[in-house]
Amino acid sequence: MAAEELKTGPLEYRTQEGQMTIMGFWIFLGAEVVLFATLFATYAVLFGRTADAPTPGELFEPGIVLVMTFLLLTSSFTCGLAIHEMRRGSVKGLILWMIITLALGLGFLGFEIFEFVHYTHEGATVQSAAFWSAFFILAGTHGLHVTLGVGWATLLLIQIKKRGLTNVTSRKFFIISLYWHFLDVIWIFIFTSVYLIGMVI
Amino acid sequence: MADSKKRVPMNHVIGFILSLVMTLVAAWAAIQSNLPVTWVIIGIMILALLQAGVQLFMFMHVTEASSGNGHVPWNMMFHGFALAGILVAGSLFVMSFGHDHGDNGDMGDNQQHEEQQSEDHSGH
Repeated sequence: MAAEELKTGPLEYRTQEGQMTIMGFWIFLGAEVVLFATLFATYAVLFGRTADAPTPGELFEPGIVLVMTFLLLTSSFTCGLAIHEMRRGSVKGLILWMIITLALGLGFLGFEIFEFVHYTHEGATVQSAAFWSAFFILAGTHGLHVTLGVGWATLLLIQIKKRGLTNVTSRKFFIISLYWHFLDVIWIFIFTSVYLIGMVI
Repeated sequence: MADSKKRVPMNHVIGFILSLVMTLVAAWAAIQSNLPVTWVIIGIMILALLQAGVQLFMFMHVTEASSGNGHVPWNMMFHGFALAGILVAGSLFVMSFGHDHGDNGDMGDNQQHEEQQSEDHSGH
């Protein structure tokens, strides 16, 4: 199986193992879509059930949410650039753009933690109302995914420093790029259906 | 892949600009505009779907010929998105309309009815 190695095409797709692993990751992403769908459904159903806690309209601030969105959108772009550099064979470019991606991801997380602490101080906690439970679980699960992605990519950066660009390391970076773009897709829906709609209604 | 020789990947740049513009338009529609709420919600949900498309097609290489096109399990992804739609839309539908037992009356009556019912249940 590993004997077949193509001579052309992106490095990560040249072995059958690489092709199958990437396909497997797409299947995992399909399952992640369903995981987030259940959380979105819970949120949508519990929308407006704020009991005595503040309403989303009172707490959501457009400024901070837009900054978070731009940080994550930009990180998705720089992650794409990192893979582009990888395919040009530039390990330096890959590492540089990946570090920028991670810095933007950490900035996003910082704002999210600040936001959560702020809401908690205003009396909107997981315990205070069904709506806020659903909100914190949905946004928190996304934040947890970002945290995992940052840790994962950091380990991969250490690995590529040691092993250089091979079929295996390039495949691993390609897969984390898929994961990172996917997080951005989920965030777009959180941004739209949680924050924007929460501010409209 | 001819594109990988280039210094700047144009499709990524275009995708990035598109997603920024769509985010700003959605934010403007929700915060600044005076459009009717229903229109705003439909509009920004369409923008979100378009943005997801930008990510998938311009960043995530789903239609890349050099990777053989066969390594994205389309049926699985379709399955995932179909389930997502059913879960969200179905839950909303059931929870918004499911507790109408056919007795006429406005929302307030229904809610009272519901409360009575839940009290009955907790009594058992």
